[in-house]
Amino acid sequence: MILIISSQGRTLDSKPNPRFGRAPIFIRYNLESDAWVALNNPAVTEQGGAGVAASQFIIDQGVSDAISGNFGPNAYQALKTAGVLMWSFNQDYGTVQAVIDAYVHSELKQINHPG
Amino acid sequence: MKIAIASGKGGTGKTTVATSLADALASSFSINFFDCDVEAPNAHLFLNPDLKDIKPAVIPIPVINDEACSACGLCVNVCQYHALAVIQGKVLVFPQLCHGCGSCTLNCPERAISERERDIGRLYFGKTSTGISHYMGMLTVSEPMPTPIIHQLKASMQEHADITIYDSPPGASCAVVATTYDADYVLLVTEPTPFGLHDLKQMLGIVKQLNAPAGVIINRQGIGDKRVENFLAQSPYPILMTIPHRIEIAAGLASGRLLTKILPAYRHQFIALYEKIAEQVNVNQENR
Repeated sequence: MILIISSQGRTLDSKPNPRFGRAPIFIRYNLESDAWVALNNPAVTEQGGAGVAASQFIIDQGVSDAISGNFGPNAYQALKTAGVLMWSFNQDYGTVQAVIDAYVHSELKQINHPG
Repeated sequence: MKIAIASGKGGTGKTTVATSLADALASSFSINFFDCDVEAPNAHLFLNPDLKDIKPAVIPIPVINDEACSACGLCVNVCQYHALAVIQGKVLVFPQLCHGCGSCTLNCPERAISERERDIGRLYFGKTSTGISHYMGMLTVSEPMPTPIIHQLKASMQEHADITIYDSPPGASCAVVATTYDADYVLLVTEPTPFGLHDLKQMLGIVKQLNAPAGVIINRQGIGDKRVENFLAQSPYPILMTIPHRIEIAAGLASGRLLTKILPAYRHQFIALYEKIAEQVNVNQENR
């Protein structure tokens, strides 16, 4: 399984960013190998359509699960169509690593509607 | 002559000025009045035209022929609005992000894209009892894009008039440019507050790009401070009129009455305003 977590910075110590389309960084994390990489979100500076552009970007990365605070309606539709599962974290998680741990322990809420 | 009334800041009195100017001139001139504030049109509340629904405002959006589509993704790459995505070998269209530019249709190597019209609002037309031709655009709630409807509203003009008045939306964005770009004169309405000054400066940034002269009306004179006046004294833009901050004006406007009806002396002031504008437009056209 390959996760993508919207992040404020480029390391696992970084704060997670709760806005999917506008997060500056995506951490792509492979749960089987624990290998990870920080990717710049190409949509962060877009005037409009950031959710679609960010979705296209991570879908092309072959991810199975997307983890963020909120997914807008366009991102939700694109990710759902692609079969990417969406999970939501709240403000309690201080680092990307903590979000990944919460995912592994099934503590995150799955998103079944845009918002 | 086309006069656009704009402001930057919302609620400064664009519609107050636009409707009263139209009313004051209606006995001497034929008037086309365009309410270009398509997200919240309200000039009809003052001018009371017999509005009728004329036709929808539309934009063309792509329709993908999945059998012809090879999912090459070229349409996604050329779309600067991110209205398309390739997902699992199929192109997905996001209609509300589409600006109707046609790039995807033009660039598709498989000719798999056709277009259909999508309604984004309505266009209305009516006449007032004083003979003003009133054009109103109304963007459907939740639709994000006002510019196509403003262009289509202008194109729906039924006959030419001596004077065209554009009542602009607030702000200093694409919708304001779509309203003002073909104006012969831009009449800016502001209030003497820091916010009014800040947004007036933004509007003047647009005005400089247009080849039209501009002047300023200060509304609600008496509130705020002198910074707008001081700024304009150092600028090429004249203060054409001031309207005081008075409770009988606010009460009259709140009950849907024109400024020219609340205080009839304004009729002459608006006619004098038009004469000043006409003079500046003539000077500008001779200098071209």
